[in-house]
Amino acid sequence: MISCDKAAIICNKAQYREATFMEKIKLRFHLFMCKTCSKATKENTQLTTLCQKADLHSLTEQEKLKMKQMLDKRD
Amino acid sequence: MAALNYIPGNEKKLKVIKSNSITFEDDTIRMAEHQLKPEKWVDLYADYLFNYAIGRISDAEVAKDLVQETFMAGLKSAKNYKGDAAERTWLIAILKRKVIDHYRKINSKKGKAEVRMNYSSQTDAEGDWLEEQVADPFSSFENSNIENEELGLAIQSCIAKLPKKQALVFTMKTIQGVSTEDICNELDINPSNLWVMIHRARTALMDCLNQNWF
Repeated sequence: MISCDKAAIICNKAQYREATFMEKIKLRFHLFMCKTCSKATKENTQLTTLCQKADLHSLTEQEKLKMKQMLDKRD
Repeated sequence: MAALNYIPGNEKKLKVIKSNSITFEDDTIRMAEHQLKPEKWVDLYADYLFNYAIGRISDAEVAKDLVQETFMAGLKSAKNYKGDAAERTWLIAILKRKVIDHYRKINSKKGKAEVRMNYSSQTDAEGDWLEEQVADPFSSFENSNIENEELGLAIQSCIAKLPKKQALVFTMKTIQGVSTEDICNELDINPSNLWVMIHRARTALMDCLNQNWF
């Protein structure tokens, strides 16, 4: 039986499809026993769906750094 | 829509400007609630503004330039900032102008912009039935598009509230889709460290969205 902390980490890995087969089985088993974790997992999955739906964009760190330098030059 | 902050015993006359902002007639009691902190702009608002811009201009390169120009313009006119709008709102207002200017510019480059006043794009349609052109109120497409953009901005503003490192790891992983290995190399952390950070970020984000979105 794994701890809730461990289950949470595996759940997060699963959100990015990086959990191994063994981990997934452990997680399933834990969720079967633990109501709190299964609720948290549901929310976590919801967050993933939301992020996908929102079609987020972001600038990379280099791009932001360049922006900062440009702004500094301006001062 | 306008939220009235009624202060009991304070009988100052209220003046309504543009129906959604209310100021007191004499400025003595108005405090400058907001201040500009240009050195934090890029970290706090770059992604938010970028998302906003890309919703209107699908070219990422142009959107990036517009965000950059917005920051520049913001710096230039920082002394005109009165402090009654939040920093981000103020920047968005500038960006809005930049987007409009952009479309104006590309239109003038084409020479004379052609304006055709046909209300129907289907020229081969029989008859001119206006009923055919009415938007379908049950179409979920437009509504969900608008909603998704707002959702994106909500998520972005929640990410901005996270601690710097968590926000960085979360955006790299979720939005840019960088692999775990690469993030670890770049930021010099080990994978279990990364997953703990992801976990904290996701928990905080879910809390934030529960307050602001649902």
